[in-house]
Amino acid sequence: MARALQLPEGRVLRYLGLRVVQVVPTILAIVVLNFFFLRLAPGDLAEVMAGEAGSATPEYMAMLRQQFGLDEPLAIQFFKYMGQLFQLNLGYSFRNSMPVLDLILTRAPNTALLMLSSLVLAVALGILFGAISAQWRGRWPDGVLSAVSTIGFATPLFWVGLMLIVLFSVELRWLPAGGMRDLQQAHTGLAAVGDVALHMVLPVLSLAFFYIAIYTRLTRSAMLEVLELDFVRTARAKGIAPLPIAVRHVLRNALLPIVTMTGLQLGTLLSGSVVIETVFAWPGMGRLAFDAVFQRDINLLLGVLFFSSFLVIVSNLATDLVYALLDPRIDVR
Amino acid sequence: MSLDATDILPRAPAASAPAAPKPRRAVRASSFGYRFLRSRTALAGSIGLALVAGAALFAGQIFPGDPLDMVARPFIWPFTSAEYPLGTDMLGRDILVGLVYAARVSLAVGLAAAGLAVALGVVFGALSGYFGGWVDQVLTRITEVFQTMPPLVFVVVVVAILTPSVSSIVLGIAVTSWPQVARLVRAEALRLRDAEFVQAARVMGMGHFRIILTHILPNAISPVVVAGSILVASAILTEAALSFLGLGDPNLISWGSMIGSGREVLRTAWYMTALPGLAISLTVMALNLLGNGLNDVLNPRVSLT
Repeated sequence: MARALQLPEGRVLRYLGLRVVQVVPTILAIVVLNFFFLRLAPGDLAEVMAGEAGSATPEYMAMLRQQFGLDEPLAIQFFKYMGQLFQLNLGYSFRNSMPVLDLILTRAPNTALLMLSSLVLAVALGILFGAISAQWRGRWPDGVLSAVSTIGFATPLFWVGLMLIVLFSVELRWLPAGGMRDLQQAHTGLAAVGDVALHMVLPVLSLAFFYIAIYTRLTRSAMLEVLELDFVRTARAKGIAPLPIAVRHVLRNALLPIVTMTGLQLGTLLSGSVVIETVFAWPGMGRLAFDAVFQRDINLLLGVLFFSSFLVIVSNLATDLVYALLDPRIDVR
Repeated sequence: MSLDATDILPRAPAASAPAAPKPRRAVRASSFGYRFLRSRTALAGSIGLALVAGAALFAGQIFPGDPLDMVARPFIWPFTSAEYPLGTDMLGRDILVGLVYAARVSLAVGLAAAGLAVALGVVFGALSGYFGGWVDQVLTRITEVFQTMPPLVFVVVVVAILTPSVSSIVLGIAVTSWPQVARLVRAEALRLRDAEFVQAARVMGMGHFRIILTHILPNAISPVVVAGSILVASAILTEAALSFLGLGDPNLISWGSMIGSGREVLRTAWYMTALPGLAISLTVMALNLLGNGLNDVLNPRVSLT
């Protein structure tokens, strides 16, 4: 890998530039879709606001429409909307009396904490389980682990979460059932960190469950593929012990698909966290989107959609780059 | 959610089946029926699925009457009453009857969404792979757009905007899952478009669309069938998540909405949440097994032992 990093920097940068250019139409299309959804939503902003106030005269509605620019031609509205987005202005959430971007940015770190912890746990356990499966292929550890991952693939995340609540919060009373902090005691310093960590255990476990299954299966098949290669036979013939072979020869070369998977997983991980945050009342972006649905706050909902799509694009780019750096065979043009 | 499960499943068996010498038997017995019966996964999956589908289809005959009727006293725990083997919910409705009727909604949504996704994916993928060039460029970009948006968030937006109903849920799920099929079909069409029999058809003066319909698609069907059965599974999971979030069709009971309403009494009567979850899990598992099994059955390089 050290060798791969010596790749001429200019080439990698040029590759990155190319990919960024390719991404522009994708972002534009998402903007168009977002705008389309905004227009498609039943009742415009003026109606929602007027409904809020309880009564509204047609004059008041017209005034509101003018204020929000809803009386202008569609094309003008679209360009204004796009201009706003380029200034990173995702609109205003009238329900929360806050700009949408600010709302999202206050919640995003909580979601990131949840997602990254689950991802680290899933990758670590998945690689471990996958390696065990590949090493004992066709024997009982492989059988047990593949049965567990079949269950993991088939079980709804939110249901795993609810069952963990029943077991660990209701019956055993070991862990809190929801929230991010203990609201009755104001912890400070290390105690506060410990408090959050305690609240994280169940949501992280439930979110990770499915991904452990994915990584187990992926690592297993990647390792089996590498195990067939000549250099592994050579290593065996040289008399290297099985464990160093598994770790240093096979696993290291099986990491590439795992990197790809991790980068491409972000979108579904975000989706999973919407549900998990709802189950555990975790104050993240998913919970924000959920609340937005029931408060009929379309601006906020679309803001979350746009922001999370943007994150996915960035993570796909990062994956490509890591991929190019890790594997010198990949043509970066 | 298992939305990307198809990304890795079809590849796995190819990896675990290297080009090593194959047993003679597998080569000789290559008929679909024979291979299907020999594949334990495909068989187990289809038996499980047949049970669920049978229960859903004949729900009216097995349990005549309205599943929403309050038939007994509420909060009967499962396995405590012979008359209501799975107990009753907080309104005194028979949970077993509810589960069986909910199977209809979950399966119907799953099948319809997967069907629509496959249709969209086949059209996009076939055009993009067969014609190549700028058609491919444009269609691939469109596919990417739909793959970029986090699937569940996108479905939630679609359903929230179109107001929750079976059709908006089906549409939402299909719109987020067709890119997987499109990618598969595109790859197949790319591989096939320069095949000799396709060139022959072209030389004979066959039109593009007839070539796609009669030569390309029939040869690309195996991965689509596999992806289709896994899509049904992931659509059932997505529907469950939506109903659980309160975005299900308000007039119908599905497994997800049973979990959602059971959640309110989670602390005292967790069985109301546990049972529908098990139903989802078993059905999805059956579909995944069927998909994996079909993948082995349809791939002649995999020997079935």
